[in-house]
Amino acid sequence: MNRRNFIKIMAGAAVGGAAIYKGLDSFGAEAAAGEAQTLPAKHWGMVIDVSKFQGTEDIKQIAAACHQYNNVPDIGKADHEIKWIWQEDFEHTFAELESEYFSEKIQKMQYPVLCNHCENPPCVRVCPTQATFKRADGIVNMDYHRCIGCRFCMAACPFGARSFNFVDPRPHIEKVNPELPTRTKGVVEKCTFCVDRLEKGEMPVCAEVSKGAILFGDLNDPDSEIRKVLGASFFIRRKVELGTGPSVYYVIRGGEASA
Amino acid sequence: MLEQALNGSKRYYALIGVLLIMIIAGGAAYLQQLYYGLGVTGMSRDVTWGLYISQFTFMVGVAASAVMVAIPYYLHDHKAFGPIVILGEFLAVAAVVVCMLFVFVDLGQPARVLNVILHPTPSSVMFWDLCVLAGYLLLNFIIGWTVLGMEKKGFPPPKWVKVLTYVAIPWAISIHTVTAFLYAGLPGRYYWMTAIMAARFLSSAFAAGPALLIILCLVLRRWTSFKTSVEAIQSLAKIVAYAMIANVFFFLLEVFTAFYSQIPGHMAALTYLFAGIDGKDNLVPLMWCAALLALTGITLLVIPKLRRNEKVLVAALGAVFIASWLDKSIGLVLGGFVPNAFGKVTEYIPSGIEIMIILGVYAVGLLLLTILYKVVIAVREQNAGFELDE
Repeated sequence: MNRRNFIKIMAGAAVGGAAIYKGLDSFGAEAAAGEAQTLPAKHWGMVIDVSKFQGTEDIKQIAAACHQYNNVPDIGKADHEIKWIWQEDFEHTFAELESEYFSEKIQKMQYPVLCNHCENPPCVRVCPTQATFKRADGIVNMDYHRCIGCRFCMAACPFGARSFNFVDPRPHIEKVNPELPTRTKGVVEKCTFCVDRLEKGEMPVCAEVSKGAILFGDLNDPDSEIRKVLGASFFIRRKVELGTGPSVYYVIRGGEASA
Repeated sequence: MLEQALNGSKRYYALIGVLLIMIIAGGAAYLQQLYYGLGVTGMSRDVTWGLYISQFTFMVGVAASAVMVAIPYYLHDHKAFGPIVILGEFLAVAAVVVCMLFVFVDLGQPARVLNVILHPTPSSVMFWDLCVLAGYLLLNFIIGWTVLGMEKKGFPPPKWVKVLTYVAIPWAISIHTVTAFLYAGLPGRYYWMTAIMAARFLSSAFAAGPALLIILCLVLRRWTSFKTSVEAIQSLAKIVAYAMIANVFFFLLEVFTAFYSQIPGHMAALTYLFAGIDGKDNLVPLMWCAALLALTGITLLVIPKLRRNEKVLVAALGAVFIASWLDKSIGLVLGGFVPNAFGKVTEYIPSGIEIMIILGVYAVGLLLLTILYKVVIAVREQNAGFELDE
């Protein structure tokens, strides 16, 4: 290749590059236009009033609704299970608070568990590609196209909230929700607090179908409903001693009264 | 120099052939994993890292241990190590390649591996680990290859190589420290969350790595013209003994902290490994086996009369090597996942495909090592009788 040809090619590449860049720019503009109806918040959080669950069926229904909406597959094998929200008993949800003197009801009750969307998330810290990241509104989200499937985030998450696609999930999704992506094998996934719904001005699926047991709102806003509930009750969070700052709060009303 | 790798005895070609068959078998197994997903392994939602990452962790130690030959030779002028320094460096090269392959086969989306470079993330220890490993690979290859090239031509190595050898010493420490940091900074993983993790890693590496190197030297002495001096082997064996004692000592420190504090999270993994929890005790025999081998190995190594008997020495080194392997690549990685985030125990058993892939990766390392050592021996054979005056 002589010098003249080289310069020609480089000039062509520069023009092409500029065109592509401009194209990308207009994508950004479209995205901005769509933000108008997005629910605003500085720190999305969740308050779960466990006394409002009538039984384990309630949580199972919530999980089913979430999984159906979010295209979470049903692998049917515990080792490879994908789950965004599910239930555990007191001893396993709050292992560090274990005491034999909790009322039988509290001990036997089931508690929904999900990603805690930590303020200081270890999964985000360890990810080698920033495929998992924390948004300005506090939501810890995933880029399924960037994830290399190293599973460092799963070792780092103290809440066991992350699932890995050990096999292709698509054949295991009963009915695909076309509005949301399905995932490929080899990537990690977890609860997103339904970011796409928040962008449309809707609440996360679990909050919507929970009949008031799961409240969702801005922890940063002292007038939000969740802050009012937190201000008026005793609540616990999972493993606060680890300093990750979970954004999911559990309100456990009067054990003595409901025992 | 590489042409020497094509000119060997029947035994040499037989070895190469066996390794190639293992590599092909491992490659076929890997294709199956690539097609089906990591579901073909024994890993699960709770034990998300298995033998791939644990082999990686162990082999980083073997790579780092080249420094146990380099420090006495380059910093203390311990001349007995002169002829084997290059064996240590090439062992490090092969070990780092093995490490990188183990990380690669562990990825769910291997085609995206370059995302680590496209989106460099300083907060991630894995990013730094890949950086230091790549640097260490280059350092050792450049040093070894250059020194050998000059040796072939009958010249002393250029001065800049000396600079690189000094850089390589702290670099070797760094690769295993950073690898320890992969584990030691994760909230909620109590078995890993210990400030002494890097020290434990280094001590076990400095026992297992030189133990392997001595065995390799003895293999070369038996079947090739490369004769390592008794002095060099005995010096290295003492290093293995000290390092293994430090390794066991550090482990006992962990046991004290866990069981005197009585903090459940800190006791759980050790209890699981040495006694089992809720009847889940797959690893218990392996861990007691490791403890027994470690003590046997140390005993045989510290008694001079036994250590000087090379048959006993090989047994002692084998015991130390297997004990370190069990401790680090079985106990440490798998134990760290017990209990899971909900206080439950899930056990892990590697699948056949997983083991085939592991053997294939090790065969790649052995092939590389065989070729590099073959070149070293060929150069030394050519130069026999034309020894350089120091």
